Amino acid sequence: MKVLVAVKRVVDYAVKIRVKPDKSGVETQNVKMSMNPFCEIALEEALRIKEAGLASEVVAVSMGSAQCVDTLRTGLAMGADRGIHVEATGALYPLTVAKVLKALVEVEKPRLIIMGKQAIDDDCNQTGQMVAGLLGWPQGTFASKVLLDREKQLATVEREVDGGLETLCLDLPAVITTDLRLNQPRYATLPNIMKAKSKVIKKYTPQELNVEIKSDLEVIEVTEPPKRKAGVIVSSVDELIDKLKNEAHVI
Amino acid sequence: MAMLRAVKTAFLPRFSSLISTARSVSTLVVAEHEGGAIKGPSISAVEAAKALGDGNLISILVAGSGPSLQEAAAHAASCHPSISQVLVAYSDKFTHSLAEPWARLVHLVQQKGGYSHILAAANSFGKNILPRAAALLDVSPITDVIDISGSSQFVRPIYAGNALCTVRYTGTSPCMLTIRSTSFPVPAISADTKSNEARISQVDLSTFGEDSVGKSRYVQHTSQDTERPDLGSARIVVTGGRGLKSAENFKMIEKLAEKLGAAVGATRAAVDAGFVPNDLQVGQTGKIVAPELYMAFGVSGAIQHIAGMRDSRVIVAVNKDSDAPIFQVADYGLVGDLFEVIPELLEKLPEKK
Repeated sequence: MKVLVAVKRVVDYAVKIRVKPDKSGVETQNVKMSMNPFCEIALEEALRIKEAGLASEVVAVSMGSAQCVDTLRTGLAMGADRGIHVEATGALYPLTVAKVLKALVEVEKPRLIIMGKQAIDDDCNQTGQMVAGLLGWPQGTFASKVLLDREKQLATVEREVDGGLETLCLDLPAVITTDLRLNQPRYATLPNIMKAKSKVIKKYTPQELNVEIKSDLEVIEVTEPPKRKAGVIVSSVDELIDKLKNEAHVI
Repeated sequence: MAMLRAVKTAFLPRFSSLISTARSVSTLVVAEHEGGAIKGPSISAVEAAKALGDGNLISILVAGSGPSLQEAAAHAASCHPSISQVLVAYSDKFTHSLAEPWARLVHLVQQKGGYSHILAAANSFGKNILPRAAALLDVSPITDVIDISGSSQFVRPIYAGNALCTVRYTGTSPCMLTIRSTSFPVPAISADTKSNEARISQVDLSTFGEDSVGKSRYVQHTSQDTERPDLGSARIVVTGGRGLKSAENFKMIEKLAEKLGAAVGATRAAVDAGFVPNDLQVGQTGKIVAPELYMAFGVSGAIQHIAGMRDSRVIVAVNKDSDAPIFQVADYGLVGDLFEVIPELLEKLPEKK
């Protein structure tokens, strides 16, 4: 069984982002970029499935500019068998990404797609659900535990939902999106980083996959959120209670 | 010919803007219900729908089975004065809000109703179902909308709330949105709601596509039973971070919450350390809250945590590290040892009313 993992290159989670002065977006030039944390978790889960003997091959896919190859190399160094880069310029929205993934599914024939529940740049939380919808596959979103039964071709997914956890049973092929608590991703070791250099990354363009890049959305502006007014440091519990009671009127 | 073109260019912009204002707005709100009542976040989505345009005809869709659905439908009819129609889909396929049948249902209802907008709450229910339904309808959804100006312009946070993005929807109908419920609080409902009770009608499921339905099955749900107010809608939230050091110590936070009638929240560090279950996590990947009062104890204030609470009206931070980033967003900060501060607060805070 082949597992497809979609990974996205985003501004590193620890970077304090800056909004461009012309309000056209967020500064991404000369900013540290990394693999989206949820995608790392997705890849780690796929690798664990392979190591448990439940999958034969893990294929990492990324779409976007030429630098996405760096992100794919990171994935290959973690242990993915090979990579696919769909090179595209400009903004790719989840619907387009989902269509590209659907086209790749037709080429690669995986039985499972694992991806992060959201990218920490656009915070959309849509792509997994959309690709599942396009393929007509069942979806297990916000997964905190995944159990595969190869005999019965089932995936049991524990999901993080409001108010607790929900367990679903999915027929394979299926799409799973990962929540933070699914696993702890491994670090790539130096020998594996070296090995990753010789692994294959196949290139496609959206045109080759017959996917039209269009957008239903136009970004009008990107602004900084309103600043909170400076607070005060109080010196005692009594002062704090007094302020909450008589100044803020919240208790 | 040239003159005609000139006339066209002169008049077309005005003419097309006339069309767009004349085009009627009709909204479908996909609602979640529990125990015979529409959940709060879904009612907030109805509140948000009001901002899409004057004369917006708002329908609310409820689905499921059993007597609780009938109660929920009755509640839907009177839970918000702006609702004009309640659509009820009665089938046990919808009992457990699985995305596959629900997305099909939204697709079916849209084909019959031709709504200009479809809304759901940006909670685990809406975020699971709406994008799938959008893919079936071949449109791009917009996640976590916090502000609506007109029928096609929306504001949503990106980069964990560190930037706000204003987008215009240019695609075909329907425009699909998930709504951040804390940004659209529902005003207290007047007693006189009976007069504008909405019409209830059944969804005809005879053409319901079975494609991809039945490929997922509900197994179980484990909930954290709690007597405290719901984290997403509480007036006061008391949050503990890594500084609490243990699950045992976290009980102090719970005690304080009890005294204030508050909900308990946690940081990712506290959840990962096993102090509390994950559904209490506040932040980019957990719950987004905006209470009247947010009290953070032993919370450093990572970007991802701030994303979940920055819109609180009053923020209090107690931390022994005076350089902790949380103090930059706090209205009142107290630099001190929480193990001394919390007991003192417990002693000195007035009893809740």
